[in-house]
Amino acid sequence: METKMINLKINGMNVTVPEGYTILQAARQAGIKIPTLCYLKDINAIGACRVCVVEVKGARSLVAACVFPVSEGMEVITNSPRVMNSRKTTLELLLSDHKKECLSCVRNRSCELQSLALEYGCDENKYKGATSNYPLDETTPYLVRDNNKCILCRRCVAACKEYQSVAVIGANARGFDTHIACAFENPLSSVACVGCGQCITVCPTGALTEKSEIDNVLAALADPNKYVIVGTAPSVRVGLGEEFNSPIGTEVEGKMAAALRRMGFDNVFDVDFGADLTIMEEGAEFISRVQNGGVLPMITSCSPAWIKFIEHNFPDQLPHLSTCKSPQQMFGAIIKTYYAEKIGKDPKDIYVVSVMPCTAKKFEKTRPDQNAAGEGIPDIDAVLTTRELAKMIKRMGIMFNDLPSEKFDDPLGISTGAAVIFGVTGGVMEAALRTVAEKLTGEELPSVDFTEVRGTKGIKEAEYDIKGLKVKVAVASGLANARVLLDQIKEGKSPYHFIEIMSCPGGCVNGGGQPIRTADERNNVDIKSTRAASIYALDKSMPLRKSHENPAIIEVYKEYLGEPNSHKAHHILHTSYIKRGL
Amino acid sequence: MTSIEGNRGEPRVRPPFPANKGLFGKPTVLNNVETYANIAQIILKGADWFKSMGTEKSSGTKVFALGGKIVNTGLVEIPMGTTLREVIEDIGGGVPNGKKFKAAQTGGPSGGCIPAEHFDIPIDYDNLISIGSMMGSGGMIVMDEDNCMVDIAKFFLTFTVDESCGKCTPCRIGNKRLLEYLDKITSGKATLQDLDDMEKLCYYIKDNSLCGLGQTAPNPVLSTLRYFRDEYIAHIVDKKCPAGVCKSLLQYKIVKDSCIGCGMCQRQCPANAISRTDYIAPGKKLAAMEIDPAKCVKCGACMSTCKFKAIIKE
Ligand code: SF4
Ligand code: SF4
Ligand code: SF4
Ligand code: SF4
Ligand code: SF4
Ligand code: SF4
Ligand code: FES
Repeated sequence: METKMINLKINGMNVTVPEGYTILQAARQAGIKIPTLCYLKDINAIGACRVCVVEVKGARSLVAACVFPVSEGMEVITNSPRVMNSRKTTLELLLSDHKKECLSCVRNRSCELQSLALEYGCDENKYKGATSNYPLDETTPYLVRDNNKCILCRRCVAACKEYQSVAVIGANARGFDTHIACAFENPLSSVACVGCGQCITVCPTGALTEKSEIDNVLAALADPNKYVIVGTAPSVRVGLGEEFNSPIGTEVEGKMAAALRRMGFDNVFDVDFGADLTIMEEGAEFISRVQNGGVLPMITSCSPAWIKFIEHNFPDQLPHLSTCKSPQQMFGAIIKTYYAEKIGKDPKDIYVVSVMPCTAKKFEKTRPDQNAAGEGIPDIDAVLTTRELAKMIKRMGIMFNDLPSEKFDDPLGISTGAAVIFGVTGGVMEAALRTVAEKLTGEELPSVDFTEVRGTKGIKEAEYDIKGLKVKVAVASGLANARVLLDQIKEGKSPYHFIEIMSCPGGCVNGGGQPIRTADERNNVDIKSTRAASIYALDKSMPLRKSHENPAIIEVYKEYLGEPNSHKAHHILHTSYIKRGL
Repeated sequence: MTSIEGNRGEPRVRPPFPANKGLFGKPTVLNNVETYANIAQIILKGADWFKSMGTEKSSGTKVFALGGKIVNTGLVEIPMGTTLREVIEDIGGGVPNGKKFKAAQTGGPSGGCIPAEHFDIPIDYDNLISIGSMMGSGGMIVMDEDNCMVDIAKFFLTFTVDESCGKCTPCRIGNKRLLEYLDKITSGKATLQDLDDMEKLCYYIKDNSLCGLGQTAPNPVLSTLRYFRDEYIAHIVDKKCPAGVCKSLLQYKIVKDSCIGCGMCQRQCPANAISRTDYIAPGKKLAAMEIDPAKCVKCGACMSTCKFKAIIKE
């Protein structure tokens, strides 16, 4: 069916758009930007903030462009004094109940409220009166909520509910006392929050931030008794540049390694090594489950928010999870065992920092059964998000954009294309297939590209014939999508053998620790795909693209672990789960 | 509607209107109980019967809840087009204690007030709107000369601020700030600039709020401003409440020449604000009392105790 077209006038210009467009979309097409605060494409069209108001001829009051559909012959004005003064007043009212500390706010210069206040020439002290005074929620190891900077746009609420189907936050109380919190004012640490940080990345203000570990890392770097090792996750290299004004998805692996070296880390390694290790273990686990009648489908375990999600929501399905630790934890574990031995250091003196696109990793490192070198020696000591790393680089006076491109250190800086694609949804599956197929057949794959599992679609599925063995796989990103696959398993109807799940929509490239993009960018640019494209380009450019061909990996098994899934490998690289329930 | 669906009670954006997509996404008829009650009668007795009552544009009858400074309070049902005077004087029995009628507030907290000058206006939808009020919930509160109109506006706005669901900015914060402006006025701290800003804020809230509650919340302020601006100005410029309602603008004073110095007031005062002076009024035996305005909490106890009417408030 052909879409009906609607003719309307915006600021006197004729505009033709498909039926069902909102005024906001129509204006955008006509090259007119209408400011927004609460609107977020696909998940939050609630008309709450009123900053997008416009005049519609014939309407009694102003209307919210983000939700108001166009109609034939409509006449819209987006920038009359009435409109602009109203927006200004809305902003000034928001600012009248706001902890205005831009100078030191994490979101200074990336805050949507702040930039609009500047655009509209607001007087932030125009309205005086009662102000809210909420205590911070700092109860989790990964997130801080400061409701005194919250503008009640509810984007976080929508992200938690729509992307993740977790829905642990919502609006409490009424009127001026309305605020976002968990049911019955419970702290975030006591509910089924999975730590994904999607709420942080959609927040327009500084109300939500990761719990910073910058100070801990700086202290470790300054401590002469500590041997400080850093490793970076795949997605960080396609995110970090954005914090230094590069276009979305710019790949900055070389500059990143150079920056880390200049910050004084004793070794600059790559968590991609941990990803290759994961594939060795997870691939072997999958083959063994298939050959020995183990629990299928097997589900990947790299995404800590996903782990917490299944522990809360599907505790009876835990046996489906691979017992592999995540790449981050394998990375830390192998450093504190194998590498410590190799360089002759007491693991107690080694401090491992991982840089992650993720907030849930801050939680993961505190889990039990994540200390291969012994009680009291965590595999990972500190987790920095991509955003925190950028901040540290700036604070330490490193001129990122002027840095040369450098390489990671050997041996744990060596990795393959299979590892780097861990950053995107479908990447772990593709990496695993590359190894599993060759291990099962003993033959070299004609092509390593498993394109069926690529792309940002919420749920993808494919079937492969590996020498007569039919392997049916599914890939989900966004926990709302994961829930669909898990419900299938629960009902005993899952047709799959192997499932990959990433908590964040699109995978880690869009993780809760990645650079924050404005709603306007989120609504108009496909950020996930742009960052993913850089990841695939990197994979393609690498000489080695299969985990089992990584020479450093081969060496670790030869010198230390023996075989994948060996007793020693199990002790160091695998973990256990907790039935949490709701 | 959202509450029935099990969600937090908040309005949703329109369109779609409930008649197209309402409860659980299905077309929904959403009306007040009074409307449904009327519909039953219209079906039974026919539209012509209904139209035979009331005015051309507003047919039928309307129930009002009469209250405030009026002899007969309670529910009254009147044909549309009845004048305010008929309702208040004939049905309601007029203002008690021989006080003067000042205004009637119709439409509840989102309505407006009708001053004495419109006493003879026939009540129907259009007329009420043209004078800045509305039919609304059918409340009708009568006010006499002892009512302060700023205080009345504050009373109604306090209600809407409490009722705001908190979803949209103009209502959640705007109405709160509006109430704070009124507070500032009734405590004598406002400037004429504040009055100006407040009025602008009223129009802004009407123009920008998401739902009817917010859009009509400033009505009591706007309509009292329209008919009783002088009272606002008295609070601001003269720092006086003409009706003697707004506590913080009142001062209790002892007229020394009337005070016989009995000290009754001093014993009543909870704030220890009253002390004896050196001044003995002509013809009196004891020295007169005086009130320290810094200590006085304006409870009025002294005034009602004094048998000699020596204590006044102004
Ligand atoms: S949230 Fe935005 S406006 Fe508020 S203090 Fe931070 S930067 Fe400033
Ligand atoms: S971290 Fe994730 S699960 Fe927790 S509140 Fe935020 S969006 Fe919801
Ligand atoms: S915390 Fe952030 S995203 Fe959530 S409602 Fe407040 S301002 Fe919006
Ligand atoms: S998808 Fe990636 S970024 Fe998101 S929670 Fe999982 S590991 Fe973290
Ligand atoms: S106008 Fe008031 S009651 Fe209506 S949506 Fe806005 S906040 Fe809620
Ligand atoms: S009004 Fe009350 S507080 Fe003031 S002087 Fe009289 S008794 Fe004392
Ligand atoms: S009301 Fe449209 S963006 Fe908030």
